[in-house]
Amino acid sequence: MVNRIEVGFKKGMKDALGDSVKKRIIEDIHINVDAVRTIEVYSIDADLKDEQVRILGEKLFSDPIIQVFSDKALAKDFSWIIEVGFKPGVTDNVGATAKRACEDILGISIKGVYFSRQYLLKGKITKEDAEKIAGGLLANGLIERWEIISDEDHAKGEHVHLPIPVVKGTHTPSVALINLNISDKKLKEMSNQKLLALNIAEMKAIQGYFNDEKVSGQRVEFGLKLPTDVEIEVLAQTWSEHCKHKIFNSHITYSDEKETHVINSLFNTYIKRATKEINKSWLVSVFTDNAGVIKFNDDYNLVMKVETHNTPSALDPYGGAITGIVGVNRDPLGTGIGARLIFNTDVFCFASPFYDKEMPPRLLHPKRIFEGVRRGVEHGGNKSGIPTVNGCIVFDERYLGKPLVYCGTGGIMPSVINGKPSHLKEINNGDLIVMTGGRIGKDGIHGATFSSLQLDEDSPVTAVQIGDPITQKKMVDFLLEARDRGVYNSITDDGAGGISSSVGEMAQTSGGCLIELDKCPLKYPGLDPWEILLSESQERMTLAVSPGKIDEFLTLAGTRDVEATVIGTFTDSGKFHVKYGDKTVAYLDMEFLHNGLPEMKLNACWVKRRFEEPVIGVVDMETTLKTLLSRLNICSKEYVIRQYDHEVQAGSVIKPLTCDGPSDAAVIRPLLDSMEGVVVANGICPRYGDIDTYHMTACAIDEAVRNHIAVGGSFDHLAGLDNFCWCDPEKSEKTPDGEYKLAQLVRANMALYDYTKAYGVPCISGKDSMKNDYQIGGRKISIPPTVLFSTIGKIEDVRKAVTMDVKKPNDRVYVLGMTRDELGASEYYASLGFIGNDVPRVNALSARKLYLALEKAINEGVVASCHDCSDGGLGVALAESAFSGGFGMNISLTKVPVENISRSDTILFSESQSRFVVTVAPGNVARFQGIMKGTVFADVGEVTKQQEFIVKDGEKMVIRIGIEELKDAWQKTLRW
Amino acid sequence: MTTKALILTGFGINCDIETAHAFKIAGAEAERVHINDLINGARKLSDFHILAFPGGFSFGDDIASGKVLANMIKYNLGDQIQEFIDSGKLIFGICNGFQAMVKMGLLPAFDGDYGTQDVTLTFNDSGRFEDRWVYLKANTRSNCIFTKGIENIFLPVRHGEGKFVVKGPQVLSRLKKGGHIVFQYTDSVGKNPGYPENPNGSIENIAAICDETGRVFGMMPHPEAFQHRTNHPGWTREELPEEGAGIAIFRNAVEHMKENL
Repeated sequence: MVNRIEVGFKKGMKDALGDSVKKRIIEDIHINVDAVRTIEVYSIDADLKDEQVRILGEKLFSDPIIQVFSDKALAKDFSWIIEVGFKPGVTDNVGATAKRACEDILGISIKGVYFSRQYLLKGKITKEDAEKIAGGLLANGLIERWEIISDEDHAKGEHVHLPIPVVKGTHTPSVALINLNISDKKLKEMSNQKLLALNIAEMKAIQGYFNDEKVSGQRVEFGLKLPTDVEIEVLAQTWSEHCKHKIFNSHITYSDEKETHVINSLFNTYIKRATKEINKSWLVSVFTDNAGVIKFNDDYNLVMKVETHNTPSALDPYGGAITGIVGVNRDPLGTGIGARLIFNTDVFCFASPFYDKEMPPRLLHPKRIFEGVRRGVEHGGNKSGIPTVNGCIVFDERYLGKPLVYCGTGGIMPSVINGKPSHLKEINNGDLIVMTGGRIGKDGIHGATFSSLQLDEDSPVTAVQIGDPITQKKMVDFLLEARDRGVYNSITDDGAGGISSSVGEMAQTSGGCLIELDKCPLKYPGLDPWEILLSESQERMTLAVSPGKIDEFLTLAGTRDVEATVIGTFTDSGKFHVKYGDKTVAYLDMEFLHNGLPEMKLNACWVKRRFEEPVIGVVDMETTLKTLLSRLNICSKEYVIRQYDHEVQAGSVIKPLTCDGPSDAAVIRPLLDSMEGVVVANGICPRYGDIDTYHMTACAIDEAVRNHIAVGGSFDHLAGLDNFCWCDPEKSEKTPDGEYKLAQLVRANMALYDYTKAYGVPCISGKDSMKNDYQIGGRKISIPPTVLFSTIGKIEDVRKAVTMDVKKPNDRVYVLGMTRDELGASEYYASLGFIGNDVPRVNALSARKLYLALEKAINEGVVASCHDCSDGGLGVALAESAFSGGFGMNISLTKVPVENISRSDTILFSESQSRFVVTVAPGNVARFQGIMKGTVFADVGEVTKQQEFIVKDGEKMVIRIGIEELKDAWQKTLRW
Repeated sequence: MTTKALILTGFGINCDIETAHAFKIAGAEAERVHINDLINGARKLSDFHILAFPGGFSFGDDIASGKVLANMIKYNLGDQIQEFIDSGKLIFGICNGFQAMVKMGLLPAFDGDYGTQDVTLTFNDSGRFEDRWVYLKANTRSNCIFTKGIENIFLPVRHGEGKFVVKGPQVLSRLKKGGHIVFQYTDSVGKNPGYPENPNGSIENIAAICDETGRVFGMMPHPEAFQHRTNHPGWTREELPEEGAGIAIFRNAVEHMKENL
């Protein structure tokens, strides 16, 4: 029997959720509504007595001060009720907590509790409007269902009848056998139909493997003849673009205007080679584990990883983003024997939230994506107790086709734990395979192969899932305790590909494994063996535990309220062996599974594109500066920042906002009894890629590095993480310009090698996401090629860190670095509707010299403020420094060091790289200039007590405007 | 004899490490103890002098913030907690800990009744979680032992459900008369605040309350997040003492127990 308990606010109590929903209905859905109130509904699947229902309503579900509850309908005084609940099988975190709490209070076992919410809309609203509000704002049809009732029907006695979302069905798990000895055409069809995402060469390699007599002879011993669906799915997942990075490891013939040459693996040629050649003493573990590891000090190492979660966020922004953030948390946790998580950093790429053209089918409006992703990361980060220390949001209309959601996480671990180096994984033959955390459902099945496909009409909804930060938080707390007690040997996360991937990878160390699928804990029955193996249900980690320690491990898990189950054994058999009950359902050679993938051969062809140059007449500089400050890519992101906890763990030193202004990099103190700090920065500039992805990548690297330097980070203790999000670069019917897109990828990699090497900033980990295209009904939207370069580095003493706000009147203002005529793909040109051609180029030699000098100046304490120059150029950087500090500035443009520039708008808005705005107290000027000697820099003016931002070009007044007006221009765009 | 502080952990509490560290700086021996270890008897509350409910998201704020944790503690550890209070010891809740304390009735606990809920903390008027620093003025007439000597303090709030609401006017007047109100939000010059200085719409700008003894205390802002001057959002602009101002609250607690052991 299902008991419904409804909880609503007492009369006169503010319904903050209802009020914010009302605001969004008016602003985003453009429907006028007078009022919105909400009612929470708990459906309890148990035979309860009236008294028990009353106890639950009173003691658990309602707050006696502000709420009322009833087992009858509470709704009154409304025009429409919309009740929204989950579809069966979708993670219902509130329901799960409620179930547990009900059981605690009543002392009985309950089948399930399910959460839903009623929105009571009041106003002149049509049925169509109500439908629009439900589907367009309140619920996502992929994961939720809703029911709409009018006040008239309600008065007639009609009630909401949303069925409880129990997973029903009587499917008996089975294993299908698959005949691969079919025509090539049919093999290709099979790959498409089963969402295997394998090309014909790969299908043929699998066919050949199973036809090998030695292989078939061994399989017969376990009762296997034809390949099973389990085996095909495991191979498809292991060989997916997502897991094997096939494009990054392909054989590429690259040609440009000058030459043709062959690249055997972009990854080895450019990324790995640079790191190897840079060879820093503080590199601990690179490119081998779930995250990169560098030394922090003699006793601790730092760990970092940045992931993307683009496709899931396109389908369900909230679920995709929360899964993205709690998912990447498991990477540092699953590195070595596990790190404690100390920060998150998030970078999003969206189309404009103010997009007002018709939406292509199956895409969600960018504002909805923005809000969903923001909320997903808010819940994922805040509820996990990990500070979101910084990030950025990039806007470009092409992200309409696919938003990019980059989630990064850093961790710290003692370099030695229980006498062993913590970054090494040890797995012995005979160690037990233990799965811990959440249970397995159908969620996220085919995530790995799915993310390797473009978004089209057939995209499966099982790829959508919702993270549960509290189940994960309990697991994280438990695992760190278990780690310190030394009760496990190795750990890795269950991400893409589920246990197929995690156990498959770990088994490479021992040399084989035996997985017993029937022992895996399931959320509900009816999963086929291949689904159990490949499910990407969240909040799970896989461990190797010695048989002698298993009791202690499981007991500790029990007392920490964490589920842990032995699901098999690591072996040295050389086989990936999977059983379901007594039956073998997969028997694959580890060697073939991991190394049998045929290499891909691709062509790349670079042709330089030319874009129209604007002809600019007389410019109103004041208006232009304000326009730039208000542009989406430059304006304040305070709306988002404030909703992220950026201070939990109490190590916050430089926050995302400095006096309301935009900080350049985050600084945190991860060890509360030490003054050593971690610096986190990001660089991303996809606009430049329209002209040349080589310079785009160089600029992204420079941006991250100069942000790190701007706050006082050490140039010699700085590592990078590369993260490529591309549109499909494989030439095909769907992608006729694949060779150009691949050339863009090659050029980005060339820059990555050149600049990480020149700066001595090695990459320690990376990620690529290659098929960020949308294609439905003949319309194709490809994202602009995007490289995010994130850095993690050190500052020896956080007390020497510097912020971007000007400090005192009469301080001198300096511009460091050369300004060139580099307006190509700038925000200024974009505001005029042009791209242009003169993209910023990074001069690594002079930049390096400048960075070392600035580091010294900051370290000696002679820099009062320092702000990096990026989008919007010098004009924006100067204005931000001034209004953040609350003082004016008096700037002389003729003093700015420039190369061949005559126009003042070029000086102010050129986006030349490797530049800073620095202020210095008069008493420190001599020392500062002495340190900076030999670099390009100039004193361009002073900080003034007068609240005016004044820029002169010689005698001519170019800008004279109050700092509050500038600040308002910067803040107003996203002041939601 | 050292003052021993027990910092609760588990089920989504997440400010336990820095809260323990703040107690350590203040001179206590601080230990993080999992709630289940108290419930199953592996650890005893009576071995400690101070009990802290740290901030975080216990049970994900599902149903209502602090509610499920409140029930769990009330029904499993209620007697131990009553005994703890009766023996003159201290209880301190921060943010989610404060939410749990009011929902189990530990605060304001009129007439020594530690089991009846008279006030609550609910959704911010803004409808949003917010991380921002706020100015607080202390009620110098309160007998709260945690805030002795403190007149004003600047601390971060980081919550979505921090709006202080009372059951009715009588409760508000008892809170005032009984010296229960400990901290109130103010603007930057100590005057009556609007939004966002009062970040959540709390009645009478109430940010913290204590019981009649002054030994049971809860607050929404996070003193443990201001341990060092570099935590202050304006630390590069101002001359500040090395130790963060938040530590004073922990030191008052530790000193009180040292004097009264």
